[in-house]
Amino acid sequence: MTPGSGTDAAAGSGAAAGTGARRVLVIVPAWNEAEGLAAVLAELRAAVPAADVLVVDDGSTDRTAQTARAAGALVARLPYNLGVGGAMRTGYRYALDQGYDAAVQVDADGQHDPGYVPALLAALETADLVVGARFAGVGDYRVRGPRRWSMRLLSLVLSGMAGTRLTDSTSGFRACNRDMIAFFARWYPAEYLGDTVESMVGALRRGYQVRQVAVAMRPRTTGVPSQSSARALVYLARTALVLLLALTRRVPAPQRAESATRVPEPAEPAGAAR
Amino acid sequence: MHLSVITSLTGLALLGCILELLRRHQLREKYAALWLAVGSAVVPLGLFPQMLDSLARGLGIVSGASLVLFAGIVLLLLVCLHLSWESSRLEEETRTLAEEIALIRAALEEQNRPAAVAARRTEGGAG
Repeated sequence: MTPGSGTDAAAGSGAAAGTGARRVLVIVPAWNEAEGLAAVLAELRAAVPAADVLVVDDGSTDRTAQTARAAGALVARLPYNLGVGGAMRTGYRYALDQGYDAAVQVDADGQHDPGYVPALLAALETADLVVGARFAGVGDYRVRGPRRWSMRLLSLVLSGMAGTRLTDSTSGFRACNRDMIAFFARWYPAEYLGDTVESMVGALRRGYQVRQVAVAMRPRTTGVPSQSSARALVYLARTALVLLLALTRRVPAPQRAESATRVPEPAEPAGAAR
Repeated sequence: MHLSVITSLTGLALLGCILELLRRHQLREKYAALWLAVGSAVVPLGLFPQMLDSLARGLGIVSGASLVLFAGIVLLLLVCLHLSWESSRLEEETRTLAEEIALIRAALEEQNRPAAVAARRTEGGAG
């Protein structure tokens, strides 16, 4: 929305090889995460000082927005809870409007170590979407039983589609380049597992390059993971359903021209549109 | 004889409800057309329930009442499906609106922020 941001960005994408020149937006979807948020934001500032941080407050009832603002982050407040997918599309729309070259998604619960963000960004050289994966050798995140089967099923299908190993498709720790931002700003599923599995399947089906980078995940600082085996079975069934729907549903094409057409808008005679 | 009294009264009441909702602008046209069609089929059938008997027999169904029940259930299923579709569409639309609102809020805040920061700075300078 800043005039001229489009031209800056166009000049910047040419120099994107030098990591210093590209504009990076870190998107942090947050729903009632006031507790852990300040620590995550401080770590982000230390890990990627040049990046802008946008906290998407997903209809929180606690002081999430105030905490984020106090930490110097940009804040977009959703009027009610949309789920991670809605929060993320808001973030990608912002990134597209403002002409960012790359966007990184980091959870607000402290699970994702901001120290890996530079590694994810570096991997964008060879891919459109980079996923921080837990099961790729680094760290000690273990699961058993039906939950493990679900993960195996997902990684089998997605790795096959991508032509490269994707072991952790439910990871919400990911980085996108400009093309991916334009795609996700238009289409980012908000339903169950849509923000992780379905969005990745959509990207693969549209021919984007997806690859993973091994990361260690930390135990969440807030919230408790669900581990009962009945729940895990339900999870398996839902995973299979989501996968089936994701593979068959239509995926809209990205509007690549969108960011370019939005910029000249002020040049039109004022008042003509309104 | 009693049966046709009940069915015809029901049909007329249904048609009355539809017309009244339409008159008060409480039904969108796309639904109104459907319900008017339903209403205009229900009233004559209510008055003369045996009307469909010959058509039913032609289709291999023993009585007209069975045919009406079958057609009714199919219609209701279609209406349910249509409503699910409509509500999915509406959810998608409200989601888009919510996102737009968040972005507009963020833009507004950004516009107001430089002033706030400047104010804080001058306060700090004075203190």
